Amino acid sequence: MEIIKNLYKKIGFPRLIITVFLIMFLISAVGLGLSLPDLLTDIINRFGMNAIMVLAMVPTIQAGTGINLNLALGVIFGLIGALVSMEMGLQGWNSMIVAFSIAIPLAIIAGYLYGLLMNRIKGQEMTVGNYFGFSIVSLMCIFWLIAPFKNESLVWAMGGKGLRVTLTLEDSFGSLLNDFLAFKIAGVKIPTGLLLFFAICAGLVYLFTNTKTGTALRVSGSGEKFAVSNGLNVDKYRILSVIISTVLAAIGIIIYSQAFGFLQLYNAPLYVSMPAAASILIGGATLKKATITHVIIGTFLFQGLLVVALPVINIVSEGSMAEIIRITISNGIILYALTRKAGDTA
Amino acid sequence: MIVPIVFMAICAIGFYYSGLTFDFIFDEMFFRLSRNLVLVASLIIPVISGLGLNFGIVIGAMAGQIGLLFIINYGIGGMTGIVVAMIVSIPFAILFGYLVGLVLNRAKGKEMITSMILGFFANGIYQLVFIILVGRIIPFSNKSMMVNSGQGLKNTIDLLSIRKAFDNFIFGGMTRLPIAPLIFSGIIFLFIFLFFKTKLGQDMRAIGQNMQIASVAGIDVDKTRIKAIVISTVLAAWGQIIYLQNLGTFNTYTNHEQVGLFSVAALLIGGASVEKATWKEAVIGTLLFHLLFIVSPLAGQNLMGDAQIGEYFRVFVAYGVIGFALILHAMEKRNQIEKMDRLNFEDNKAAN
Repeated sequence: MEIIKNLYKKIGFPRLIITVFLIMFLISAVGLGLSLPDLLTDIINRFGMNAIMVLAMVPTIQAGTGINLNLALGVIFGLIGALVSMEMGLQGWNSMIVAFSIAIPLAIIAGYLYGLLMNRIKGQEMTVGNYFGFSIVSLMCIFWLIAPFKNESLVWAMGGKGLRVTLTLEDSFGSLLNDFLAFKIAGVKIPTGLLLFFAICAGLVYLFTNTKTGTALRVSGSGEKFAVSNGLNVDKYRILSVIISTVLAAIGIIIYSQAFGFLQLYNAPLYVSMPAAASILIGGATLKKATITHVIIGTFLFQGLLVVALPVINIVSEGSMAEIIRITISNGIILYALTRKAGDTA
Repeated sequence: MIVPIVFMAICAIGFYYSGLTFDFIFDEMFFRLSRNLVLVASLIIPVISGLGLNFGIVIGAMAGQIGLLFIINYGIGGMTGIVVAMIVSIPFAILFGYLVGLVLNRAKGKEMITSMILGFFANGIYQLVFIILVGRIIPFSNKSMMVNSGQGLKNTIDLLSIRKAFDNFIFGGMTRLPIAPLIFSGIIFLFIFLFFKTKLGQDMRAIGQNMQIASVAGIDVDKTRIKAIVISTVLAAWGQIIYLQNLGTFNTYTNHEQVGLFSVAALLIGGASVEKATWKEAVIGTLLFHLLFIVSPLAGQNLMGDAQIGEYFRVFVAYGVIGFALILHAMEKRNQIEKMDRLNFEDNKAAN
């Protein structure tokens, strides 16, 4: 009995529920005659697509700025990087490397400035971050309309001005990582490049958190007064965490887009933070504590549930149910975390 | 007062370039004020009670829409229909408001973000009820409201039977301007004004100033905060009914989504802050925000050759003004805390 209790405590209520749902959906999917290998392929693919975005939540939570609801800032610069490389008409690895090398420096600058702001509004990071993100996305809508891009495949055919809403990545870096060293095992396609890239990013973040700077960053997050009394410059580490998070968001959207095959502009980045925040919280993170394990478990459970629920529910009932599940779960779990006392696991 | 002045300047420039006539704007503003004022007014009580900007009025709007669905299902039209819809929406709004209040009491200091996420969450539940459960579990006798398969409500529902019924109530024969809703808004503002003179209103003001002191003074903080949210939710439900009777059509799944954003932005543009809001700011803000709404697409078309720019600009203004107000509020709060810390530090030094 004691063992079961401890195990339950370790797994936690939300994860237990989601796992049970996931298994139930998987069983009914097989029962309804859906192909299990196809579902698994989808789950793994969506895991790789979204995991870096979820990883971007780790540094800010560790440094005490909470969930970064302003992922959109990094996403915008990731999109700009990708757009510039497409404008230049690059193909294959070149286009992806150029996209990264433009997006990352821009994200560092933006992250630094946003970090300065975060230090002046301590205690309200999430609320401000959310609306800051919304403002940036809507401001960038104007930018996409008037930006001086000339490449015919990017702008509207009529008038030759203003970027299109969705841009295909077929000619540049679409599914580049997905196909890199990809192989099939028992009918399940493993996108090796995609998973490898996430592993590298996650490894770097993990190594960073164990360096001296990373430890100092975590100490700053555990309590401002304690950190200051230990001679740490809390503000500096908070800025650093925001920069890392913004850069990861920029990388994340490029990876997401290459797997998706399309670049989505205008209002698409508006709610980009919500599923990422939900994923890491489902994984067991709190507003104060987050690790790579939380990222992996959370992304897998959340994306897995979405992938499996969609076809099952489409057979049982009509279309919009999957969207309803997504909205309810992702916002429900964020609410759950917000209403817990600081430090309690979600 | 700087915010309303800046927006007045933007509106003036926009008006000049839009090329619209003054008569057109005047008419349009009358209608927009009449249909939005109650929604904006519903934000005032939570602000003064220290709960910040209540994005949860989205949930109140849902309650209002439930009232409307009720009267359409039973075919009650005209002014009677509107009154019945308002009455039916009250129990729902009270229940929803109570639940929102409970959640917000568990998230003190994070009320605004929580109420916003709560709005998104409720949207999921709302869709679950009206797309999936209607026709399977919840019976609707009026089949014309449902999609052909008999399950789930249509995306758009016609409100012809109550269209402008409130707008034309009593004064309909004299003028086409919506006098009755404006008077109703006035009564709501008067109610809010008088409400803050009562014991409960004073308690709310005390909690808004300092929760700890209010608690020590014997006020039941949690209960009073819930009451503030309940009143706000009921007002939002009525506001949504007034809004929709003016429009005449009802987008079942989208009409409530932007209510929180637009009402909050309007209140802030009028010069209100996270901690202070009055009826004047609500009226000025609604006026300026909707003026911007009318002129910006046309001004964008004439200035930049693209109406879309103006459309995006006004969305940016809505988000931007909220973000800006939140930043200002957070900075102020931060400074207060630092000042307190310094005072404590000096006190301790003196004591030693």
